[in-house]
Amino acid sequence: MPFDIATLWAFIIAFAVFMYIVMDGFDLGLGMLFPMFPKKEDRDVMMNTVAPVWDGNETWLVLGGGGLMAAFPLAYAILMPAIYTPIIAMLIGLIFRGVAFEFRWRTQSERNRWDIAFAGGSLIAAMAQGIALGAILQGVHVEGRHYAGGWWDWLTPFSILTGFAVVAGYGLLGATWLVMKTTGELRTQAYRLSLWLLIATLVAIIAVSLATPFLQADYWRRWFEWPNILFTAPIPIAVAAVALLLLKSIADKQDYRPFVLSLVLFGLSYAGLGVSMYPYIVPQSVTIWQAAAPANSLNFMIFGVAVLVPIILCYTAWAYWVFRGKVHADSGGYHS
Amino acid sequence: MFDGFDAITLARLQFTFTMSFHIVFPAFSIGLASYLAVLEALWLWTGREVFINLFNYWLKIFAVAFGMGVVSGIVMSYQFGTNWSVFSDKTGPIIGPLMAYEVLTAFFLEAGFLGVMLFGLDRVGHKLHFLATLMVAIGTLISAFWILSANSWMQTPAGFAMNPAGQFVAADWWKVVFNPSFPYRLVHMVLAAYLTTAFVVGGVGAWHLLRDTRLEGARVMFSMAMWMAALVAPIQIFAGDQHGLNTLEHQPVKVMAMEGHFQSHPNGAPLILFGIPDQDEAKVKYAIEIPKASSLILKHSLDAPLKGLDTVPRENWPKVGIVFWSFRIMVGLGFLMLGIGLLSLWARWRGTLYQSKLLHRFALAMGPAGFIAVLAGWVTTEAGRQPFTVYGLLRTVDSASPLAAPAVASSLIAFIVVYFIVFGMGVFYIMRLMHQPPHHGEQGPRDDAPARAAGITPAAALASRGHR
Repeated sequence: MPFDIATLWAFIIAFAVFMYIVMDGFDLGLGMLFPMFPKKEDRDVMMNTVAPVWDGNETWLVLGGGGLMAAFPLAYAILMPAIYTPIIAMLIGLIFRGVAFEFRWRTQSERNRWDIAFAGGSLIAAMAQGIALGAILQGVHVEGRHYAGGWWDWLTPFSILTGFAVVAGYGLLGATWLVMKTTGELRTQAYRLSLWLLIATLVAIIAVSLATPFLQADYWRRWFEWPNILFTAPIPIAVAAVALLLLKSIADKQDYRPFVLSLVLFGLSYAGLGVSMYPYIVPQSVTIWQAAAPANSLNFMIFGVAVLVPIILCYTAWAYWVFRGKVHADSGGYHS
Repeated sequence: MFDGFDAITLARLQFTFTMSFHIVFPAFSIGLASYLAVLEALWLWTGREVFINLFNYWLKIFAVAFGMGVVSGIVMSYQFGTNWSVFSDKTGPIIGPLMAYEVLTAFFLEAGFLGVMLFGLDRVGHKLHFLATLMVAIGTLISAFWILSANSWMQTPAGFAMNPAGQFVAADWWKVVFNPSFPYRLVHMVLAAYLTTAFVVGGVGAWHLLRDTRLEGARVMFSMAMWMAALVAPIQIFAGDQHGLNTLEHQPVKVMAMEGHFQSHPNGAPLILFGIPDQDEAKVKYAIEIPKASSLILKHSLDAPLKGLDTVPRENWPKVGIVFWSFRIMVGLGFLMLGIGLLSLWARWRGTLYQSKLLHRFALAMGPAGFIAVLAGWVTTEAGRQPFTVYGLLRTVDSASPLAAPAVASSLIAFIVVYFIVFGMGVFYIMRLMHQPPHHGEQGPRDDAPARAAGITPAAALASRGHR
């Protein structure tokens, strides 16, 4: 694997997207679980667990998109028209979800409607992100420096499958987050949901893993040909091990471990996607080196990333620390 | 509904629509974040309760407006890729890093400290909370810095070269960031944001003074807003004039459209006050004009020659009617702002600032003036840049994504429907908050949400309030 500035930037963008997936993943997942918690008090608590941090979580999406445009403008220019419809759907979902955080508290009579907007917006955004992932993985039609496919190319059984996979995975993150941040019956219900969502997520991981190698011959060779299999086999083995630990932590009614293990599960699946795609950024069409911006653009930004991302991580951690502990409906403050 | 429109016209409509909605929120939140920081500083410094009441009152409004700014802004950041992918490919190496720096230095700062600012007053102590407020306010200003740098580069590109792939690449980042029109544009926009907020705050203060002139909160906010109007409106008019001279130097065609100069004037150009520009006939009909005044303003000489659009190929003309009128709306509102500022000084001197119904009604009517002026100014500068996305170098028709018209039409309709529902309701909730006067013991964003407050603020705050 040659290591140069373009590869470094591929890791930076991948990091930003991963931060987005896990951080907005749990608050979108929590939104999707709203219909399972009809009581107003429960919903208030659920929203309170993420209200102070969701805006920061979503900023990683802007960094992922903006960073892609900055570091790999050609990939951004090809992929965005290719996944036009899922992106628009995601944006509209995020609009409804995002304003619901504020609007819900500003009205008594329309609260239910904003609850629906919150849950529906979260579901649409998650589904659209999963579909976009599938559409990119299956490859897009490129001619010259342009997307040359139709505007429905993204819609295939595979992309629908990845859509459901992301919905299930975000649901799992949301449910285990709730386990960590709540008490009482709300937490009991979150345990129950975690179990079912874990099963759904594992089924989805297996289904996507089985389908992906058949999309492109390259994916197949990457995963199953000797000696590649020596390097790729640890990923599915680790997924199985983490899944077992996660199952046990839910059964044992542990507090923090289910959420942390869910994050690890996401990390492993994400690494698996990376193994499939590398070194392409538009699968099978454009590599990271072909799409990379000129070196002086990449160098100009590397300074900012090296200095600012650690600072961002510090104050983000501080904000999470300020709002640490469990959230209750019936008592004041947190039990830390 | 959109029969006969091609994909590019639809993409332009979509950009205009989503941007028009978006721009009002940051314009408001830049000013409001600074106002909140000032209010909290005054509270910490003087200990007067009225300042923390006003802080909490405007914090609720800020929370709703900021949320709408965030979600409409995410749409903007992805629209470059979805509808303007060729523009993204060609200018990505320059515009991309500027926007990436905006995210890294501004958006994370705002978002990271926003939670503490909104919900953390009793959790982190007064000083750390003030730090959070300050960080949010600074974040909005840094954001303005980068986005105006990117926008200014599209207006007055500098410090670049072209690579073999046809992309703009930076030759000198210093010249890219601090391109010729950037300082003027940044100052003009930040002042516009401050004035916008001042007129909203002044309008709300006036609304409550009209009902009860003894309300301390209303008096304080009205007085502060009128100081802003009196001090900043003249500075803004001066800054706008300087910006105009800069535009004449770097984008003369835009100024020709703003002034309605279809013809060249070798012996001094008149200032056309009003009239109806006719693009096809290349003249301003029913023009009311002051002889030689345009030359006096732009060149500081009565007989200075000024070139007109007749020196420019027609395919490089912007839509003169739009630029001509939006410019007049902006300037007209600017002078009205100056007028109310002077009137308030007069009333202050006479001691009738809190009694003059006429002044209060005028201030109330001017409440939305900042938003309209910002929108009109934005239309002037952006429509005046047409038919280019990168001025003189990259045409708008060569910037769009290879998309079918139905795709762009459906997303445009979807955005129109969603924006009117979502932002319509948001503005309604903001108006309802403004309709309440700031009162004694004003609570932060969650005063009507006891369960949420229970989660976020300590028990003491809850106990004094009780469940509702």
